[in-house]
Amino acid sequence: MDTSTNYIGKFDIVVIGAGHAGIEAALAPARLGLKVGIFTITLDGIANMPCNPSIGGTAKGNLVREIDALGGEMGKAADATFIQSRVLNLGKGPAVHSLRVQADRVKYHIYMKSVLEREPNVEIKQAEITEILTDDSGAVSGVRTKLGGYYDCKAVIIATGTYLGGKIHVGESNYESGPDATLPAKALTSSLKQLGISIRRFKTGTPARVHKRSIDFSVLEKQDGDCHIIPFSFETKGELKNQVSCYISYTNAETHKIILDNLDRSPLYSGRIEGVGPRYCPSIEDKVVRFSDKPRHQLFIEPMGLDTDEYYLQGMSSSLPEDVQLKFLRTIKGLEHVEIMRPAYAIEYDCCDPTELLPTLEFREHPGLYGAGQFNGSSGYEEAAAQGLVAGINAALKLQGREPMILDRASSYIGTLVDDLVTKGVTDPYRMMTSRSEYRILLREDNADERLTPIGHEVGLISDERYERLLQKEKMIAEEVDRLEHTNVAPGEALNEYLINSGTEPISNGTTLAKLIRRPQVKYDGLICADKNRPELPEEVTEQAELRIKYEGYINIQLKQVEDMRKLESKKLSPDTDYTKISGLRLEAAEKLQKRKPLSVGQASRISGVNPADISVLLIWLEKKRREESGGN
Amino acid sequence: MTIAAISTPVYQGGLAVIRMSGEDSFRIADNIFVGRTAPSEMAGYTCQYGKIVRGGRTLDDVILTVFRAPHSYTGEDTVEISCHGGVYLAREILKLIIENGAEPAPAGEFTKRAFLAGKLSLTQAEGVLDIISANGERELVSARAMREGNLSKNIHAVAEDMVKISGNLAAWSDYPDEDIPDADTTHLGSDLSQIINRLEHILTSYDKGKILRQGIDTAIVGRPNVGKSTLMNQLLGYRRSIVTENAGTTRDVIEESVRVGDFVLKLSDTAGIRDTEDPIECIGVDLATQKLENSELVLAVFDSSEELTDTDREILEKIKNKPHILLLNKSDLPEKLDSKYFLNENILFVSAETGEGLEKLPEMIADLFKLGGSSDTAEIYISERQRSQVSKALDYVRLALTEYQSGITLDAVTVYMDEALNALLELTGERATEAVVNNLFERFCVGK
Repeated sequence: MDTSTNYIGKFDIVVIGAGHAGIEAALAPARLGLKVGIFTITLDGIANMPCNPSIGGTAKGNLVREIDALGGEMGKAADATFIQSRVLNLGKGPAVHSLRVQADRVKYHIYMKSVLEREPNVEIKQAEITEILTDDSGAVSGVRTKLGGYYDCKAVIIATGTYLGGKIHVGESNYESGPDATLPAKALTSSLKQLGISIRRFKTGTPARVHKRSIDFSVLEKQDGDCHIIPFSFETKGELKNQVSCYISYTNAETHKIILDNLDRSPLYSGRIEGVGPRYCPSIEDKVVRFSDKPRHQLFIEPMGLDTDEYYLQGMSSSLPEDVQLKFLRTIKGLEHVEIMRPAYAIEYDCCDPTELLPTLEFREHPGLYGAGQFNGSSGYEEAAAQGLVAGINAALKLQGREPMILDRASSYIGTLVDDLVTKGVTDPYRMMTSRSEYRILLREDNADERLTPIGHEVGLISDERYERLLQKEKMIAEEVDRLEHTNVAPGEALNEYLINSGTEPISNGTTLAKLIRRPQVKYDGLICADKNRPELPEEVTEQAELRIKYEGYINIQLKQVEDMRKLESKKLSPDTDYTKISGLRLEAAEKLQKRKPLSVGQASRISGVNPADISVLLIWLEKKRREESGGN
Repeated sequence: MTIAAISTPVYQGGLAVIRMSGEDSFRIADNIFVGRTAPSEMAGYTCQYGKIVRGGRTLDDVILTVFRAPHSYTGEDTVEISCHGGVYLAREILKLIIENGAEPAPAGEFTKRAFLAGKLSLTQAEGVLDIISANGERELVSARAMREGNLSKNIHAVAEDMVKISGNLAAWSDYPDEDIPDADTTHLGSDLSQIINRLEHILTSYDKGKILRQGIDTAIVGRPNVGKSTLMNQLLGYRRSIVTENAGTTRDVIEESVRVGDFVLKLSDTAGIRDTEDPIECIGVDLATQKLENSELVLAVFDSSEELTDTDREILEKIKNKPHILLLNKSDLPEKLDSKYFLNENILFVSAETGEGLEKLPEMIADLFKLGGSSDTAEIYISERQRSQVSKALDYVRLALTEYQSGITLDAVTVYMDEALNALLELTGERATEAVVNNLFERFCVGK
């Protein structure tokens, strides 16, 4: 290939796409000292939120805090640009507390674009990448743009979102397009296919945006933000303020009738859409058809930002024709005179089969090529950013000749997400949920820093100063837990009155503060009446001390499970292993393992079709190999 | 983890040995063995006479041998119990050990541990792999067969309902903003109590051996009046089915277990298959056809003193893909049946009336099912495993209920529920988290 004439420049890492995955994928390696080029079809689409301008929510809020704990950007951006903040699931327990904010869509874009612009090691390029170039060994060597320009690089991270092969459907019409009327990336798919990468087609959708003046807020249920606002980032300080309200309304029988009468005009039902849509983000026509017994479906009416009158109709994504959309929206209370500004649409796009990836998100068969975000079969800004961070960090570590960062399932939701994608694979766009983690009690939003900041520090994205602060905090928590375990209290009037008022038994003998905290009804703050010598401590410290004591039993059960899991996780398998040559493996297991090439016995055990007897065989084979290599017998 | 298994072939014999290995071996032995000294006090390589006792009742007189780590086959603390022969006793002792905290040992687990502890040489490693894969394969076959059984079906039904309850909780915690009336959590206490009752019931039934898979589901089929009921009675050794000369006497399915050689057959005598106008008999014929389809072994009875009829041919067609044995009955009468239809088949010429010819039945069943000693071991493993999983699940659901009642937040209660579900789902290879997420999406209309 003649690359000399069109040669433009050279990067260590090229990131294709500047959405939520691409940004983290570019910032992390740049901050680790590598030269990064981030390519996007339009600079105005950086960090765009083509769906709901909301960050966080159940399990997703946890992802954002984890991204922050590792040294990513999303949490800080959300803190800087949110207009309403709420903690969901308060009262349901710390494992499911979920921070969710409504962000200002335009400000979020501006914030992220300027972070990228100010990063010295990042160059932002408006260009469509059409080809990935490889050297004789099959490793990534460069990229080519639509204008024919050629860039040299050692790693490429694909974070193409819904741009890749994007096609928008509204009713009977469809056209090739990226999100929000951008140009689609049309050529890259065939380059990927030539490399031998399997390509699938997924679909997602978004509801209509409507004009504020056409909504009758007086008849809607109002939903306000929390008074006490908790930031996403462990580094955000200062005052945080809610600026807007959200609203709730419901569909009704009339809405459903219009939808059902017009189903034949939906591309989903006429078969014009071939992509697989997510189970958890059904379009309103899906909801009405699949759950026909439900008399009404809820929708949230949410502002898109402070400098716009656009409102988002969460829950009403659709691919019905525009006239039908207008008709059914106008049956909804408060929306009788609604004006649609952007109609709802469905979008199909190309993505890979994530089981072709390693837990570093590098393609097993293509050294230097990484995937992140919707391209890997996930859905959601937070899931995308988390993968971008993992891919970016690992691409950098590899180029620096360092050990990869592989987060296991017990470390984080990020680790669970990546493991689910690469080990189990996906059949529809994957959304993170608390129910997906078997270690929920350990993986809380409130302790993301404790879990991941040491790793972020080791990687090099967390400053010594921030790490030092974490160690200080840990020390204070440990001391406070110890103090509570060893502080005896006698039955007293104030204490017993508090206990009775909290709905629990008074005490008649002396006990420790910790024993009282273990009672579900008792609060740390409430025990102040019996805790005269309580030290002055930050809330983040006392909260952790209380949780550690209250949930100790559960935490210990899960820690035991983690220990068992990590034993198998520490038995490494080489990617060069030829499983067809291991006698004793069942054929089905050997085939699956040969294809997936797991990095550890633990990962192998989670591949469907690999059973406990196969795992025993692997363990013995490993031990045999170890002894043969050490020359012993 | 301490493991236990019956180490001798599971045949009728003079002695059987139950072996247990792992750090809890001595503690468990102390709990169940009464002798002059506690096993934990015994020196390695010594043995002692004593009794295995459950709830004050002696199960058997045994010899117990102690091996102290690292001087044992596995390199771990090991106890071997020699008891009197017989599957029943050995199984009861194994069950007692498991109740005291050991896990049933999967295929080749002792040998695997021996190898990993450096007790076996490299040259023996290949042999170890072969043992594990061969036994693993047999366990899979047993587990598959077991899944069809009543016990598995009951367990699965409970698991499904638990998945539903967890699905509710998942919807409730993952979609807090949704308007989901079904994700109501106020019934959790009574839901969990019901699950507890059902699991307790399964365990009791299991212990009574009522629904334990102990034999081969066997259907006796044939057209009316060929001698099915006579055969049933002959095999049982007493009159269980009513026999008359009238075609269509048996209308219901009559079930009974009987030992035939080394096997237990769960016999079902069915109504004669024919077209009939009688509505009651008609139901009987449907049941017979159903029984034929669901059974593991079909004993198809033909009257050798008559010509082959269309119904006979239909029956032959229906059973051709199932393990079956053709019994040509009335061998004492002159033969009219053209046996060319029965080439290369498992045929027995019998007289159900006198029992003549039936002595060859066990051998033929053995050939069909290729049942040997080790296959029985696999089956015992699977059923002990299943039992220990049910009992583990029960412990966790009880914990979940107690904790729920204590007022702890539900996120913590779900930890125990997941554990219970994982125990129940283990034999089917499903994971609680996946089952619950799938359930949630099937049942709830959630999402933006």
